[in-house]
This record gives sequence, C-alpha cells and structure tokens, in this order.
Amino acid sequence: MNDMSTEGYTTADGRKIGGTLMEMKNITLSFGGVKAITDISFDIKEGEIRAIIGPNGAGKSSMLNVISGFYIPQQGEVWYQGAKRPQMRPYEVARQGIARTFQNIALFDGMSVLDNVMTGRLNHMTTGLLAQGLWKGKAEREEVENRERAEKIIDFLEIQAIRKTPVARLPYGLKKRVELARALAAEPSLLLLDEPMAGMNVEEKEDMSRFILDVNDEFGTTIALIEHDMGVVMDLSDRVVVMDYGKKIGDGTPDEVRNNQAVIDAYLGVSHD
Amino acid sequence: MTATLKQSRWGEENRPDSGEFGPKGAKGGIELTQSSEATSGLASVPALLQRNAREFANKAAYREKEFGIWQSWTWAETEKEIEALALGFINLGVNEGDFIAIIGRNRPHFYWAMVAAQSVGAVPVPLYQDASAEEMAYVMEHCGARFVVCQDQEQVDKVIEIQDGLHQFEHMIYVDPRGLRKYDHHALHRFVDIQAQGRAAYYEWIEDLKARREKLTYDSTCVMLYTSGTTGKPKGVVLSNRNIIETAKNASEFDHLNAGDEILAYLPMAWVGDFIFSVGQAYWTGFCTNCPESPETMMTDLREIGPTYYFAPPRIFETQLTNVMIRMEDASPFKKRLFDVFMAHAKKVGPAILDGKPVGLWDRLKYKIGDLAIYGPLKNTLGFSRVRVGYTAGEAIGPEIFEFYRSLGINLKQLYGQTEASVFITVQPDGEVRADTVGVPAKGVEIRIEENGEIYYRSEGTFVEYYKNAESTASTKDAEGWVATGDAGFFEPDTGHLRIIDRAKDVGTMADGSLFAPKYVENKLKFYPDILEAVLFGNGKDRCVAFINIDLTAVGNWAERNNIAYASYQELAGHPKVLASIQSHVEAVNESVAQDEMLSGCQVHRFVVLHKELDADDGEMTRTRKVRRVIVADKFKDIIDALYDGSPQISTTTEVTYEDGRKGAISATLSIVDAKVQTVTTQKVAAE
Repeated sequence: MNDMSTEGYTTADGRKIGGTLMEMKNITLSFGGVKAITDISFDIKEGEIRAIIGPNGAGKSSMLNVISGFYIPQQGEVWYQGAKRPQMRPYEVARQGIARTFQNIALFDGMSVLDNVMTGRLNHMTTGLLAQGLWKGKAEREEVENRERAEKIIDFLEIQAIRKTPVARLPYGLKKRVELARALAAEPSLLLLDEPMAGMNVEEKEDMSRFILDVNDEFGTTIALIEHDMGVVMDLSDRVVVMDYGKKIGDGTPDEVRNNQAVIDAYLGVSHD
Repeated sequence: MTATLKQSRWGEENRPDSGEFGPKGAKGGIELTQSSEATSGLASVPALLQRNAREFANKAAYREKEFGIWQSWTWAETEKEIEALALGFINLGVNEGDFIAIIGRNRPHFYWAMVAAQSVGAVPVPLYQDASAEEMAYVMEHCGARFVVCQDQEQVDKVIEIQDGLHQFEHMIYVDPRGLRKYDHHALHRFVDIQAQGRAAYYEWIEDLKARREKLTYDSTCVMLYTSGTTGKPKGVVLSNRNIIETAKNASEFDHLNAGDEILAYLPMAWVGDFIFSVGQAYWTGFCTNCPESPETMMTDLREIGPTYYFAPPRIFETQLTNVMIRMEDASPFKKRLFDVFMAHAKKVGPAILDGKPVGLWDRLKYKIGDLAIYGPLKNTLGFSRVRVGYTAGEAIGPEIFEFYRSLGINLKQLYGQTEASVFITVQPDGEVRADTVGVPAKGVEIRIEENGEIYYRSEGTFVEYYKNAESTASTKDAEGWVATGDAGFFEPDTGHLRIIDRAKDVGTMADGSLFAPKYVENKLKFYPDILEAVLFGNGKDRCVAFINIDLTAVGNWAERNNIAYASYQELAGHPKVLASIQSHVEAVNESVAQDEMLSGCQVHRFVVLHKELDADDGEMTRTRKVRRVIVADKFKDIIDALYDGSPQISTTTEVTYEDGRKGAISATLSIVDAKVQTVTTQKVAAE
C-alpha cells in the first residue's frame, strides 16, 4: 500500500485517481466508557470509491459521522483538501462540499421528490428570504439554475415518473434513490453513503450499484460508502477499510483485503480467548 | 442537447404551448388542409420534410419532455437537425442502399435518424428496443445493417455482445453518453458529434446529399419493418414511399387530420403503426409528434399533451380502465355512487349522443351534468380531453371496454390492419362505430373473401416484398397484388362492415365438429379486470380448457383491500380465493358463450391460473403482446395434459428469461379448477 499512500494511482480499469482529498489521523471516539473508534487512520483520494466495511457494531457509522462532522472525536485530526479541519458543525461541513445519505432514510416525507432534491441545492443559494419570496431578478435566475441542476439529477437517476410524488408514498428502494439524488444535488466533492443497499433485493442492489458507478464516472465524485453486502463492496470499491470492534484491521484493494487473515477472522469468527 | 432547444420557464405548468395551432385549429392564416395535387413532387418522406420546413416553418414538429419541460423543434429546425445528421451519415461512409438499424424508445432523434437515413438513400430498420440480443442479432444479420443508431449504454452493450456474429456491421451511433466514456470509440460515435461533423463538412457533402435526395422516387424503399409474427422467424417487410405516402394521405383525409393535430408517440418504433402515424401522417399533414420523457411517465405526459389523435392497442385501454376501476374502489361512498349513477347513464345514451343519434332532452341534460361531474374530469385524468379521433387495433378489443370509452364521449374507433398493408385495411367511419366489426374498406383498399373465409386485400399500401425471402413473398402476395391476411372473416350483408372471426389458422373444429374460435372466448374472459391474459385450447378435442394470467395490479389491489397477504405473483395466483373469483368469471363467460349457437362448444370446462405471466422475453408472446399459441401449447404441454386427464393439480417447472438475458427456472404446483358449463340442447357436451 505504501506506493499509494502519498499520491494518486491508476485503477485496474484505467481510471486515474488523484491525490489525497481527506485524511483521518489517529481518530479516537468514545461515548462515556464505550470506545466506538480507537486510533484509526486512513485516507480518501480524489475520484475513488472508498468503502468502509466491518461486522455490526464495528464503528463504521460512527466513522462516517465523524467525517460528516456529526460526532467530534476526542482525539485525532481530520484533514480535508490539504488543510486541518477545525471543529465544525455538520452544516459547515456540508458547505465544504461533503454530502451524505442516511442508513435510515431521512427525507422530508410530506414533500415531493422534486422539492426534496431541491433542498440539496440549499448551499448553492445566495439570495435572501425576502428576495426569494418576491421571486424577482437574481432569486428567480437562481431558482431556475437550481431547478435545472435538480432536473438533470432526476433524469440521471431515472426518477422522472415520481418527480411530483410525495416521498411518503414511495417504496423503500425509490426513497433510497431520492436520498442519493438530494445528496448529488449538492454537487459534493465527497459523497458519503451510509449503507446505500441495506434492505434491497438483488435487482435494486444492481440498479443502485450501477448508479453509484455512474455518479463516480460521470461527475467524478469521490465516494465513501459503508456497506454490509461484501459482494457489492468488492465489486464497487477501489480501496476498502475494514473495521472490527472500533479498530482498523485491514486497508487496501478488495483483493488485498479479501486475503487478509484478520479480516477473514472478523467475518468468519474466531474464538476470543 | 442541441443549441436549438426552446426552453419555457421552469416551475411553470408544463402543458406545452400549443402555439398558434391550438385545438381550435388554424389562426394566423396558414392553410392547414392539404390540396390533393400536392402529391406531385412529393415522392419521399425527405421531400415532405422540405415542404413542411417551407410551409410550416415555425410550427412545432417535435416535442420531447426532457429535464421536466417540453423541449420543442419547429419544422424548420427539424430540417436542419436531419440535414446535419444526413451529412454526418455521408461523412461516416453511409452508402445508398445501406441498412441502418434504429434501436430506441420514441425520441425525436430516432425519427430524425430514420428520415436522415432516407435522405442519403439508405433504408432505416427500426428494431424493438426490448428485443433479446438473439432476436436483434437475427434481424441485423438478416438485413446486413452496416450502421446502428441507438439510445444508450444498454443497447450499445447488447450490440457489442452480438457484433461478432454480424458480418456487415461497422459503426454505432448513440444518443445518451452516460456510462460510455470508457468505451473504445473507434466504431462508436455520439449522435451530436455525428451531427457536428456533418455541419462541419457541409460544403463537402451538401451536393452529394442533394443528389441522393433527388434520386428518391415513389418506388424507393421507405422503411423496412420486421414483423414479430406469432410463428417462426421475423420477416422483413419492405415498404416503399408509395406505400407509406399514399396510405398516410388516404387515412389523413378520411379522418380530416391537419397540421394542428397532436399525437403522443409512445408505441414501439419498430411497429408499423408508429411509423404510419409518427412519420407517414405526421410528415404528410405536418402535425406535431410528442415524445414522452420516459416510458414510466407516459400517462402523465399524455395528460399534459392532450393529443387530438390517439392510437393504442386494446391492452392500453384495458390497463387504463383497470386503473380507473381500482381507484374508484378506493373512493368515498358518495363519489363512488355518483360515478356509478352517471356511468350507467353514459352507457345508456353516451354512444348515441356521440354518433349524433336522436336522444331525449332529459337524457341529454343528464348527460351534460354527468359530463361536468364525471366524464369531463375523468377524460382529463386519462388525457383524452382533446381526442378527436382515437383508434384501437392490433387485436380485438373487449366490447365492454370499447363501450366504456365511447360512452364518455371519446371518439374511439376500430381499424383492421397489418404491417404488409401499411396498416390500413378497414376502418370505421365516424358515426358507424361498433364493437363487433372493424369497419369498411379503407380508401383505396379492395377486399375479397375466399370460400374458406380468409380475407384478401389489395391496395397502394400493399408491401413490396419480404426482404430476401421470395418464397414467403410468393405465398403471401399473388401476381395481381392480392395479399392473404391469414384472418377469417365476413362482410355483414346489411351494413357492409367487415367482421373478423379469428386468425384463420387458429380457428378449428372440436371433436364433434362444432366451431372452435379461441379469441372470442378469450376476449370475453379478458374483459374482467382480474384477468390479464387467457389462452383457450380445444382444437380437435371434445372440450375446451384454458390458461389464465391474473392481472397483478387489479388482483393485488383486491388482495390488499381484503387483507390477503402474499409474497409473490405465484403465491397470489394460486390463492384459493383468487381461484374462486376467477372460477366465477369463467362460469359467467360460459353462460354467455352458451348463448351463441355457433360457438357454444367453446365453453371452458377446466382451467388453470398460471404461475407466471406470459412474456415476450420467454418467447410466449410477440413484442406487440400477442400470444404465440403454438409455443405456449408446447412449453406447457404437461399442464394441458393435466387439464385433460382430470388430475386435480400439476407440479411443473418452467424456464424463465430475465430482462438481461439470464435464465432461471420457477417451479410450482398448480391447482386445476373445474368450471360449470351450460348444457346446450343443440349439441352434446361431454359430462364432467
């Protein structure tokens, strides 16, 4: 892995991966006496699909929450775009270009798909409340631009038919896709996906995998994802971090990770005496 | 997208601006009707395009909903787009006489590609976009297509998969670049790039293009369409400019179509109907072709466009009716009552009012109120508010379904046609519409009925030949130009309307000599919203049995309301309550069939509800959703045997093909249900 750690590399399928976008340095996070994450370091490079995997309770979601600024680690540093990130609220992190989806879908149920996607544009709106209320001049132009962007994403994710449907009426698989649409609407430099395929059937998983690959390919978005389905992770990602009991037990390409003894033990089970 | 798009404002109501050609017809002094001498010099579709670009320059020719708004192209812009593409084709090396396969859903780009192909003297061959790789390979190798114009990665992948078996194939052009960035672009080109190359090489090729266009005559090939056919390999039907233009002209005059009309193009582009409506008639009259945003949004787009001229196979009307009925089941009691009362009234007087027959004042008044309360809003929801002429064809429509739409005041008519006839053989004139006939011979069509009942026709629209298949051409079309339809029928003596009995080869006799006409019974069964498809067997046997497919939407809704849990189609199809409900339908149909002296032998003695939907991917149906009887009978032979040998159930395993071409198998144990049959005195019925 050493040759990859500082600069970019080229993937097996010929994609050029850039330099380091985000680096986690010795992160430790605990809730009271419970240590969720212990001294973990890894990096995410520009343009890659980076997976974080591990058994239940390994601390994957906590890790994602640290990246998104929802949890503040007790120790360690988060470096983003070449600078150390100070303590931030999640909305400030979002403004830096990090968007996410949630394991338990967090959409606005009563609003239409389109309106939900439009909320993803919030950080790209500069006009004030009054101007938007009057909807004249710049506010109007801005709305049109944002709508155009939202429509392109709706087209991209093939959800035109449900554009005006309230989210509450949608089946689970589609809600997941709408969440992805909203995150994409923010035009993130880093997209965090928290179990994008949990609870899906094989066909829905295949669709979602295709969308994730296309997003990465078409928009060049860097993606960090957490996923349980090993098959999916191995197929999708360029590099994988493996966690178990809050510790990092492996890091590398899917092939390297697959052959790592610690990872095999964590997944297949080994006696802890 | 190209730079010529016109964008309306985001966020506004998306009904497209109908411009100066609203439903009320012409404003602004442009002559809309066609003079008949216009035929001279208009010997090809590209020639019609040039005329339209001159005469209807600023009128919308195409609209497509994209990114949530209706983008539109005028006839003048359309001509420029097509010209750029045609120049690009020449630049890419397209020769006269080449075949260009076109694979995609209804989008302006593909219509342009067809006309651009014609402009350079090539022959467009539209294919079914959901065809399997195997089917595609057969057609493309058969015509020897050198070029392919397709929609996106899915089709590009499919063609790449089969390209080793295609000896003539050279270049592929795609519209949607998504996911294709990393592909080898030696023989792969983007649609807009080909157009850009064409524009760049304008001075180099324009004279060549003009010369090629000049060479097109009434007898040049306009298009080649592969018929799916219920048996055997697809055949390439060659249609000339004469076939298409004469047919389009006659049919447009018959229904008084003009440049102000609007259609929604949503039926497969490989189907002759779409070619006649969206190319033939659209270019002849200059009306606007609207393309939906995606197949799933078709219903919404239909409502937004509100076409004035509409065409659908019975299946679409059945689905829409089923949806209406399902939603009414969920409506409040008051609304439901209102609906029932007014629909009953519409059934009574609606068709008569539509046909201009005398109806009492009170009934008229009540119909008006109904129109305000129910019919108008319902038509608007269905997208039929502005329909002036609507057709159903392809298959017989259930009379009850037909009457439902007519009673709402929608001028829905039937026509009878074939690919080989450029669609039109018979049509129903306004005011002479009935569910059980298909109308009178279309303008310019001669019809003859043979002694065995088979229908023959001859017209200007009669196809040139089956491509590379002289044998089939000879067996279908004789030296004088008469074409055998393969359908059996007769003219009603008093009205002169043609009645179709069935496919000639499907009509048979039962063991006791009585007539076996499966379609008649199947259509009666399919009238029930629960029943999606039915297949009747009994030719040469002593009694009839049937396969039934439930309609998942209707039965699923019913199950939900009755708290019946199910995990799969298969489980729902085998549920005892579903079987009981289907049994009651079958028995009701038996009663009705027993009334018909000729066909009383076709009552269903036993039936089975199949564990899977009959599907084109499994070869059980054609791409236009007609059941392939022989294949079904062969594939499910074990079930048919069980239906006849009296066993109460049958365990079976069926191979299925998924949409991506992978295969799997499903096993099921199906219950066989006995249905009560009516004893008919004139005929012996084997006792159950």
